[in-house]
Amino acid sequence: MRKIAIYGKGGIGKSTTTQNTVAGLAEMGKQVMVVGCDPKADSTRLLLGGLAQKTVLDTLRDEGEDVELDEVLKPGFCKTRCVESGGPEPGVGCAGRGIITSINMLEQLGAYTKDLDYAFYDVLGDVVCGGFAMPIRDGKAEEIYIVVSGEMMAMYAANNICKGIVKFAVTGKVRLGGLICNSRKCDNEKELIEALAARLGTQMIHFVPRDNVVQHAELNRKTVIEYAPTAGQADEYRALARKIDQNQMFIVPKPLTMEELENLLVKYGLAA
Amino acid sequence: MTESATITPDAASPDAVPSAEKVREELIAAYPSKVGKKRAKHILVNDPANPPEIEANVRTIPGIITQRGCCYAGCKGVVMGPIKDMVHIVHGPVGCSYYAWMSRRNQAATGDGVQNYLNYAFTTDMQDEDIVFGGEKKLAQAIREAYATFKPKAIDVFSTCPVGLIGDDVHAVARQMKEELGINVFGFSCEGYKGVSQSAGHHIANNGLFKNVVGETDVAIDHPFTINILGEYNIGGDAFEIERILEKCGIKLVATFSGNVKYDDLATSHNAKLNVVMCHRSINYMAEMMEKKFGIPWFKVNFIGADSTAKSLRKIAQFYGDAALIAKVEAVITEEMAAIAAVRTEVSGRLTGKKAMLFVGGSRAHHYQDLFNDVGMVSVTAGYEFAHRDDYESRRVIPAIKVDADSRNIEEIQVGPDPKRYAPTKTAEERAAMEKSGFAFSDYDGMMSQMRKGTLVIDDISHFEMERLIQIYKPDIFCSGIKDKYVVEKMGVPCKQLHSYDYGGPYAGFKGAENFYREIDRMISKRIWKMIVPPWKKTAA
Repeated sequence: MRKIAIYGKGGIGKSTTTQNTVAGLAEMGKQVMVVGCDPKADSTRLLLGGLAQKTVLDTLRDEGEDVELDEVLKPGFCKTRCVESGGPEPGVGCAGRGIITSINMLEQLGAYTKDLDYAFYDVLGDVVCGGFAMPIRDGKAEEIYIVVSGEMMAMYAANNICKGIVKFAVTGKVRLGGLICNSRKCDNEKELIEALAARLGTQMIHFVPRDNVVQHAELNRKTVIEYAPTAGQADEYRALARKIDQNQMFIVPKPLTMEELENLLVKYGLAA
Repeated sequence: MTESATITPDAASPDAVPSAEKVREELIAAYPSKVGKKRAKHILVNDPANPPEIEANVRTIPGIITQRGCCYAGCKGVVMGPIKDMVHIVHGPVGCSYYAWMSRRNQAATGDGVQNYLNYAFTTDMQDEDIVFGGEKKLAQAIREAYATFKPKAIDVFSTCPVGLIGDDVHAVARQMKEELGINVFGFSCEGYKGVSQSAGHHIANNGLFKNVVGETDVAIDHPFTINILGEYNIGGDAFEIERILEKCGIKLVATFSGNVKYDDLATSHNAKLNVVMCHRSINYMAEMMEKKFGIPWFKVNFIGADSTAKSLRKIAQFYGDAALIAKVEAVITEEMAAIAAVRTEVSGRLTGKKAMLFVGGSRAHHYQDLFNDVGMVSVTAGYEFAHRDDYESRRVIPAIKVDADSRNIEEIQVGPDPKRYAPTKTAEERAAMEKSGFAFSDYDGMMSQMRKGTLVIDDISHFEMERLIQIYKPDIFCSGIKDKYVVEKMGVPCKQLHSYDYGGPYAGFKGAENFYREIDRMISKRIWKMIVPPWKKTAA
């Protein structure tokens, strides 16, 4: 089983990219589980056709000890298995601790079965504290893909996430598999992200162009692959899924200093 | 420690042990140089006439085994916990509550419908899900349940470390519950990680008690000699003995902070004429704030030791300046001293010249030297766990104490005279006249001025230093707390816990002093710990 975590700046399109990639892998006949690690619990909405299931933490709170796997694990598009960790309302408690509790619970319940080809973790925003690093600790996730765009703050977040990966790569097996560029139509975006990837010692595994069909599919609570299987954008996600499936490049990244990052942006961003 | 490290006795020293300077050098030399440099500032050779500047109330060096406790322990365990008719709820995991439950043996008198909840432990027992989702609702429910079951006078809430980390707003919950239940409810942000020791918790407790309780109820107390005792926690019944003596003298005790005390006593305590301070470290903030706001003067006393008790009583009588009271106090002292004289003489016969070492607290390592003096014993070396420079060197050094980031982290309340209730017991002229004749207000001379020249004074002693000092000085008794007790006894030296008194007490006042003489006589004269041969020292059969 390959265990993959998707990180990236808030709002960059992690959940959309993850679910479309998972749909692509599922179409190829792969057995995939998606674990949403965002307290908003919206990481599996497109695969399930809406916010359908109860989160692990809500179930744990309501049921106490007697949690059954089928209460939290729901089948989605193309036999994907969907789980949401859940978490507290904004401004209370500790969401990071929630992710730790939730992933431990899933392990105890036997969610990680042998027949799975992939487990995907869709993680909230930046690696702000220990809890959000949980998927890359203790060998829970071994491959990381960072969703990024040509915008400064997205790149800054990606670089920061790399620092987290370095920390855990020393003690564990986690490696960076590549950057996924989710285009914001910035100037020279492809070249910029390729250059960033090269500086980090990794690859831009795929450039996902911006297309309004993604928005339409989301409004219909579907992945693009399900909503518009013949659209060009669906093929982009299929391509991303295939590249991830065939990926052989797993490295410990070399994060940039703030100054290096800004120089990079100036060089490519203002060059157009 | 190997034998080769032992220092050869110094013939010039009256105790036939190495000089304090040599011991100090040896202790410091044992550390890596950076650590040694830091510890050197905490280990000083005393000069009572000119107390040297000691480093205190700073972070313990990582890796050193310290005696210290945490902020929460100081706030809940020391200052607030002994208030008997309040329900004290610990917001946190159950262990924090359990280990602050009665471990200091604070006692409380009941009867006449007096509520007492000291033998209960109240906790929100936070679980994983409370950490994840926040514990505020559970806390509110705990407060409601505690009120419904016990109907206490007031409820306070103590924050443990995880509460601070996840950001539960205990103060907001307390305000909401105060409104809902109609009793006083207030919280403390006394998370264990705050400050460098339990001392931070004392300050936080003083602030909370002052803001939320003291001055709540105005009453006219019709008595010429009203008094509060600050920093007396009724361990082993000490406060009972002090209450007995004061009553016998005809002095009206309003509130003891916080031994055997009721919420209402504290709420009316600002109506007393005088504050006297026992444990300077844990409660001097309260004495200062009450003086500034209400005009109540304060001075330091010590009811530990018969001679000290007599001295303290005389000073209190002198404060009121009433001839009849002064005569009454003298009569009480004469009677009480006579009652314990036989035991004191008998015990002194066996204990004179015996050596004590005291490493405990923020006042006790000083106070108990007076009790040992009563029976002719000498304190060969001493130090505090969590005291500040003023507790060693006297309050005169307070303006010179540097405020570091750790102290700045603890709120310092700005207090001014209460517009309606500020009523100084003594006018400025009266006070000046008294001071001119040698009467000291707002005083504490600290431990060093009372210890012999050339004795070692050590702040925040490490375990290594303690073991080495026991080997060098071979004390007849060692006074500290539970963390050291059994190690000390394994070294063949009896250990008296001065946090909890083991199973004994009271030791305050006159009857308490008598108890202590007998207890120390028993512990030293029986030599039980020297009779035990550990298995590894027995020859093979």
